[in-house]
Amino acid sequence: MLEIKNLHVKLEEEDKVILKGVNLTVEAGKVHAIMGPNGSGKSTLSYVLAGRDGYEVTEGSATLDGEELLEMEPEVRAAAGLFLAFQYPVEIPGVGNMTFMRTALNAQRKVRGEEEMSAGDFLKLVREKAKALKIDADMMKRPVNVGFSGGEKKRNEILQMAVLEPRMCILDETDSGLDVDALKLVSEGVNALRDAGRGFLVITHYQRLLDHIQPDVVHIMANGRIVKTGGPELALEVEKNGYADILAAEEA
Amino acid sequence: MAEALPKDDLLAARIAGLSFPNEGWQAPARFDALARLTAMGLPGRRDEYWRYTDPASFNRAEPFPAPTFDDDGEGMVFEGIDRLRLVFVDGVFDAEASDPLALDHVEIGLLSAAQSDIHWARELYGVLEARGQVPVKRPFAALNTAFATEGVLIRVTGYVPRPIALIYIHSSDTSDAMLHHCIRVESGADVTILESGPAAARFTKVMEVDVAEGGRFHHIRAQGRDHDRRASTHIFARVAGKGLFKSFTLTANGVMTRNEAVIELVGDEAVAHVAGAAMGDGRFHHDDTVFVTHEGECCESRQVFKKVLKNGATGVFQGKILVKPGAQKTDGYQISQSLLLDGDSVFLAKPELEIYADDVKCSHGSTSGAIDETALFYLRSRGVPLKAAQSLLVLAFLAEAIQEIENEEIAEDIRQRLENWLARHEH
Repeated sequence: MLEIKNLHVKLEEEDKVILKGVNLTVEAGKVHAIMGPNGSGKSTLSYVLAGRDGYEVTEGSATLDGEELLEMEPEVRAAAGLFLAFQYPVEIPGVGNMTFMRTALNAQRKVRGEEEMSAGDFLKLVREKAKALKIDADMMKRPVNVGFSGGEKKRNEILQMAVLEPRMCILDETDSGLDVDALKLVSEGVNALRDAGRGFLVITHYQRLLDHIQPDVVHIMANGRIVKTGGPELALEVEKNGYADILAAEEA
Repeated sequence: MAEALPKDDLLAARIAGLSFPNEGWQAPARFDALARLTAMGLPGRRDEYWRYTDPASFNRAEPFPAPTFDDDGEGMVFEGIDRLRLVFVDGVFDAEASDPLALDHVEIGLLSAAQSDIHWARELYGVLEARGQVPVKRPFAALNTAFATEGVLIRVTGYVPRPIALIYIHSSDTSDAMLHHCIRVESGADVTILESGPAAARFTKVMEVDVAEGGRFHHIRAQGRDHDRRASTHIFARVAGKGLFKSFTLTANGVMTRNEAVIELVGDEAVAHVAGAAMGDGRFHHDDTVFVTHEGECCESRQVFKKVLKNGATGVFQGKILVKPGAQKTDGYQISQSLLLDGDSVFLAKPELEIYADDVKCSHGSTSGAIDETALFYLRSRGVPLKAAQSLLVLAFLAEAIQEIENEEIAEDIRQRLENWLARHEH
């Protein structure tokens, strides 16, 4: 479904190369995890896939169901089925959470040639999805992420994912800033969305998220490249021994 | 009358073509106003409160012509709202287009009507304007008191659920309208006044509002979309104990607008909120000059002014909170912000606080910035198209000002006008 080939990315403003030839394929129905030390390029990969400004792709490609993502505007990628759960969800004072989500959903439906969802139907849909994530109605009325706790922000990301039903979900360090209970809630939310038609790319520092969201494939990223790929046992190895051993072995 | 004529050439030229209505109950107030005007003269760029706005187009004897405007089918604001309609065409009252001047708990009259002495209006006409000339001179308000040809006199004695709408039609390219309204909200009474439309090529307006103990006054105004119209408007308000004064103004387009508000909180626990949302694209100069005086104890005032500017538009904010000795427990708030949609637009702000009491909470802030790129990306990453995302963020920026409108139906109308404006002025 998601196919990244030989992706090279540098910062637009300076000559700093961050991704140095990433190759990665996520199949529908699978959960891939990317682990790696700070500065390895994990978040950059997620931003580049979602279409954030400030990066320059110098080589390579990234396609979703065969369509080139890197040529699309961010909103077109979203309508094509790509979703990025942000590491730091953005606070937007003055824009109501409900308005935001409904605008987003209807914009995507419009692109796909589907009818707009009425306010009533939307409310029903959101309520149902929010209940599972223990998001109360009050949070829905507040401006997007404003005054939300770290856990609330992450739950709000997963709620958006549940409402928008993307085909390819990228979770950028969704576990950061979460306590054990929130981590469980968020993971349950993600697991509920797992199905045969949907792919996941879960970016994390720590193995503990992968206790809750069990990956099919684990990649280790370092210095702008995927240096090792394996099964869930790879994550356990990292947890036990750190990255140093793996990186040393790769370099040898 | 001849001896009252000012020596100043500029002023002499300005008023040469105006007829001085020296009869009727307002005559003494008009003579006083003319004397004030003569003493202060017309403003120039060197005057402290005219540094950011050039008064030349208001000083001219003849107005610059302004073509009437085709609104491209948008229709008039507040149209869906049940209201008592008073229509003025180029500053002249149009009885046929207006509703009968009758409403429960309200006395409504016209300034031009030959009624005998209206006691309450005589105590208001030019009175608050004169009080508002200190410490800042407001020559166009004095000019208005002296020469205004029309206006409404509204006295409210109870709760009035139906808004009173003053609708200003602009039909002549060279019209020069001068309206002066007096509104007295009696103790415990509650009224909403709507104002809409460009009024004239050049519009000079004074509204004097006297809110008695526990009275509530709501004012929502949408200034006309005509690109070449010019307006110099003034609100003078005096709010007694536990009284409430709330005013919101939407300004979209207009080559030159100066909106002054002078508000005195004279009784304890009085509240005054003044807010404005201004949208300018290209030839647009908008000036909000606000002066709030706290005299009573435990009073609250809020000034919330937001401007969205592009293609060289200019926004000005001059806002002051004066807390007099003894005005303890004052809660004063002032925010003026601009959203500059490109690098060509200008926002000039002069926030001022002057405090002579020691147990006071006063805050003020002023910012100027572009659309938040991080927020924009977040919205787009969820599928919201660029232009829709920009509009959402612009409306979010304006939200704090629009929140000052209590009536949700009216607020929604204003929001819709803003959305329409944004859709017409996409990049």
